[in-house]
Parts: sequence; structure tokens; C-alpha cells
Amino acid sequence: MPVRIGIPRTLAYYAYFPWWKAFFEGLGLEVIASNPTSKGILDAGVKEAVNDACIPIKLFHGHIMDLKDKVDYIFVPRLVSVRRFGTETFCPKFLGLPDLIRASTTNLPQLIDIRVDLAQGRLELFNICQSLGRKFGVGFWTVTQAFWKAQRVFRRYEKLLSSQLTPVEAIERLDGGDVGELEVDNAQLSFAVLGYPYAVYDRFINVDLIKKLRSLGVRVVTAEMIPPQHLLKEAKRLPKNLFWHFSNRVMHATSYFLNREKVDGIIHITAFGCGPDAMVDRMMELAAKKKGRVPFLSVTIDEQTGEGGIQTRLEAFVDMLKRRRGLE
Amino acid sequence: MKITFPHMGYSYLSFKMLLQDLGHEPIVPPQPSKRTLDLGVKHSPEFSCIPFKFLMGTYLETIELGAEMALTYGGVGPCRAGYYGILHQEIIADLGYDFKILVFEPPLSGIFDFIQKLKQVKPRHMSWRVFWGIAKKGWSKLQVTDDLERMEHEVRPYEIHKGDTTKAFKQALANLDQADSNAAIQEARKDGLKVIEEVAQDRSRKPLRIGIIGEIYVVLEPAVNYDIQVTLGEMGVYANRSIWLTDWTRDNTLSDGEKDVQKAAHPYLNELIGGHGINSVGETVLYARHGYDGVIQLAPFSCIPEIVAKGILPQVSRDLGIPVLTIFIDEQTGKAGIQTRLEAFVDLLIQKKEHQLLKANLA
Repeated sequence: MPVRIGIPRTLAYYAYFPWWKAFFEGLGLEVIASNPTSKGILDAGVKEAVNDACIPIKLFHGHIMDLKDKVDYIFVPRLVSVRRFGTETFCPKFLGLPDLIRASTTNLPQLIDIRVDLAQGRLELFNICQSLGRKFGVGFWTVTQAFWKAQRVFRRYEKLLSSQLTPVEAIERLDGGDVGELEVDNAQLSFAVLGYPYAVYDRFINVDLIKKLRSLGVRVVTAEMIPPQHLLKEAKRLPKNLFWHFSNRVMHATSYFLNREKVDGIIHITAFGCGPDAMVDRMMELAAKKKGRVPFLSVTIDEQTGEGGIQTRLEAFVDMLKRRRGLE
Repeated sequence: MKITFPHMGYSYLSFKMLLQDLGHEPIVPPQPSKRTLDLGVKHSPEFSCIPFKFLMGTYLETIELGAEMALTYGGVGPCRAGYYGILHQEIIADLGYDFKILVFEPPLSGIFDFIQKLKQVKPRHMSWRVFWGIAKKGWSKLQVTDDLERMEHEVRPYEIHKGDTTKAFKQALANLDQADSNAAIQEARKDGLKVIEEVAQDRSRKPLRIGIIGEIYVVLEPAVNYDIQVTLGEMGVYANRSIWLTDWTRDNTLSDGEKDVQKAAHPYLNELIGGHGINSVGETVLYARHGYDGVIQLAPFSCIPEIVAKGILPQVSRDLGIPVLTIFIDEQTGKAGIQTRLEAFVDLLIQKKEHQLLKANLA
């Protein structure tokens, strides 16, 4: 039986899962992602995590609990940086994540908390992969092959994303699944839905907001659908870049949708208790206000987020914009 | 120019003098109050931390007093504080005020930027040598403030008449406020320390010793933490604070430097997580090693690094047998609530100590 490695289906999952999956499978491991977020996972997380933590961290604990008895290892890399870009790093909770998990939960399978600090140099990711390979007793060439395979898979993933699939759909497509055609032709409005990948694409925690919008006749674009280099070009427009990778992406995407690819409205999905978002949300609001009053809606998600509440707010927002555009 | 700065403990004495020496008109921010917080809360994002809201309120209050510019400090850590200045500026501009916030980043992250900003506060005709002298004097006043405060907290648990130490400390500060030359500052230090030391004391007491850790602003600003050190002192507890504005390494009871603190934290947290997150973990370890009876973690509600620290501290507490009380401060926090929790915590510590003594006697 192959060694099983678990990857929690939250936080960095939506950004990097295809890469790690291809890589670990190249090493001959079996990759198991935790189940999609559910009430059970949320409750387990709320129980395990430190009570002041934000929803995403609680969810992460829940996903760890979900994986715990199914795998031999859990992959919880300590993400420090993924590109060389000023002082950019991740939210302190990401930086201390393995330590938090260890302090709060017991009886865990071994955590693989390798430090990912790609600002160190060009070869850093390759080196990390080699040391992971050594850990599992896999030779240099097999690791190298797995590394290149992961790179290839990831390029395909990025291509799928830029054809306006969400990461969830793109991951399904990579696995050979069929997500069906997207009905985008008859859309009257287009919205940018921005926020951290684990808030925007987690269908449970945001009560499937993207699908709701699409069924209201809205074309949805997200930060992941823009090629990264286009996003990076927006950096110059900001007074000072933020410290956090995902926040920078959100700010850059805001600027992109305000300046380059005009949209009818911006929806920011933010998690209750999110530290960086306290700043980001206001920055986005001010930016949208400055740039010709682009309508801006901020949706906070938490343990109690209800289907009805979100639906009503979205409908109101869409109706308002349709009226404004004279579509009704 | 009329310049202001954030209110942080008693540091305003030095900043006031510094700005005066540079030929500006200092606007000393009023002590943070309910009104400061209300103003701040009104104009800040809901989930920003308490320091952000207090600073927001402070800026708005000083604008009312006529301030045109504020000096503050940025940072490169992944903590939100590094972004304060920019967001404050945007919100204030959005409110329609003409007010500039000059954010000093650590000189090592961009020396030209740093000098550029210094030039904005330095009068053109002043030489850099004179400027350096003035800055050095400001720094020494800051050090003296810290010395006086340290002495104050050392003496308070022994005071016989409640409130004497506070009176003596206030007197020493007023004295220091008058001092405006290097010699006078040193003179004020000597006199101040003497005044505080001369408070009637009962040295036979054996006070509990509690370490205070956490986020710098709520630890340093008595108006925000409801005078926690004084409250503890008046309960007869010696409260040692881990954070001082001037180089807390001088306080060698705790450590020989920040490196030590980080090393102590390594078994539990091996990454710089910004703010004072790693320090909080490391200092708890060090307090335990130095035989302190307990540790109190003070942090603003929703402070990211401190939440991580709080998640890890129970393990430190279990391993090293040091009780830890975490107090998150937000706009709903009240003095009575804090007082009650402190009393309960101190009672527990006393019982624990008696229990240990009893066990030792029996053995």
C-alpha cells in the first residue's frame, strides 16, 4: 500500500493543490484531500482551534481533523513567501500554522511542515522538493521528474483558470471531470468577486455565492482568472504594497478591475475576524469610491452565514445595478 | 509647523521636547479617553485592532487642536501595524482634512527614504550635527522616563500607604518635564529615583511576581490597558513588563537580548510571525525559567500575531507549569471586568504558591 499524504482542502489548496498533487504522485505517494467543507468539519474546527482565531483557521483545524485518521502524513507547509516581491510574506497565522496545529490538537499523524520561502532564490522550490524526496526515500531523478511534471500540470491549471473556470472547476477538469458549459453568453452584468481563495471558492462557507450570482445572470470574474503577470503590473499604482501575499493579490486585482478590465461591480468576500482584511476591505472601498464610484459590496462570512441572508443581499445588489444600467 | 505624534505611555515628554528643539510647535496628544476611542471606532474598519482605533481617534483629536502633521513609525513585519500610516492617511483624506502622516520606516529597509523624511522635520538651516545632538537628548530623556517607571513598579508592591508611589512618580515626571538640557535630565533622573525610593515601604513583604507580555501598544499605554501594572502593584503584586520603548534588553532580569527571547521560543514557535508574537512565547518561557509566579498576556482583540501566540501558550504553560492569563482588549472592555479577572488570577496564584509551600514543608 502506498504511503498516504493528506492535504487539507482549504487555505492554500485552491492556489497550489494541482502542483503538490502532481508532485507527490510523481513520488509514488497517494494524495488524499480532505472532504469539501461541511457542517461537521466546521464544528470540529471551531472546537479545536483557539477561540479568537478567524474562520479560515478554524476551518483548517476542521480539515485536519477530517484527515487525521485517513492518512500517514499531513502536508502543512509553512508558507513564508512564494515569490520575491518586496517584503511580501503571509499572514502571521499562516506563518505559525504548524505550531498552532501542534499546540491545539493531539494524536496527529506526522506533520510535514517544510518551510517554503521562495524569495530565497530561484532554485529554492527545487531544493524543497529534493528534501521532501529525501524524506520519503525517493531518488534525485525521480524527484526531478516529478518536479517537472508538477510544473507542467500547473501550467495547464493556470490556462484553465484564465478560461474563466474557478479553481474548483479547474481541478475537476484536470482530473478528467466534466464541469459542463458555463452559461456566460447571456450575462448582462459582470462582477469581480474578490477575496482570499479559501473564502471565494469554498462553496460551503460562502453558501455557493458564485453559483448564486451566475444564476442571477451575472458573469463572475475572480483574481485567479487574471494571468499573474497582469496582476503584478498593478503593483505600481499602490502607495505601499501589503505584507501578505493573498492580500496583495486582492488589492492588485481590485486595481486591475478598476483600471484595465472594467466591471459593473465588485464584491469582496471577507472572513469574520480576518486581520489583514480589516485593512484590505477599507482600502478596496476607498479605491472603488475614488475611481468613479464603482459599486462595492462587502460580504462577511462566518459560522452563522445563512443562505437566505446572502441571497437577499445579492439580489438587492444585482437589482440595483440592473436598474442603474437601465436593463430593466 | 504644528506636529503631533501617537500617545504611548509617558514617551510624550521626550517627543514634546524633541519637536520643540527642532523649532516646531508640538501638539501633545490628549491622554486616550473614551472620546478618543469613540472617534476612532467611528472612522476605522470594524475589525481593525484597538491600537488602530485609538490612533485614529488621537489623530482626529489633535486635528481639532490644530495639528498639521503627525510623526509615526511603520514597520516591515507581517503585522498590520506596518500599514497603519497609509490607511490612516487615506481615511483622514477621505474625511476632508489636510493632515499629513509622516511614517518612518526602519532605516535599514531604505536609508534614502528615511533621510528624505528626516529632512521634512529638520529645519533647513540646522546642521546634521546639531540635529544628532537633539535626537540624542530626546533619546536620553526617553531612557530616563523608562528608568523612573521601572523604579515605580518595583517600589509599589511594598508601599505602606496606597497611592504614595503614584504620587511620587507623578512628581518625578513633572520634574523631568521641566528638564531641557542633558545635565538637567540626568539631575531629574537622580532626584526622581530618590523621590520614588523614599516612599514609605514595608520590605518584609514577599510579593507575587507576574510577567506582562503581549502587544507593544496595549502593554505600554496605561490608558488602554486600564493601568494594569498599577492595579497589580496596588494589589501587592510585582508586575514586570517585558516591553520598554528604550531597549528592553537593559532589563537584564529577563534576558540578554532579543535573540535570547527568540531562542527560548523555538521549541514552540520557530518563525518570526510579526508584531510581538514570537516574543510573547519566548518571554513566557523566560519568565517561567526565572521563577515568576504567572504571566499575563495583553493584546488587542483580533491581533493576528497574539492570537497565534495565544494558541501556543497553553502548551508552554503545561510544559513549564506557569499559569497564563490572556486578556484581549477591545472597545467593550471595562475596568471592572479587568479588575475582577486580575483579582481572581492573583488569588489562584497565591493559592498555588501556598500549596507548593505546604507540600515542601511536608516533604
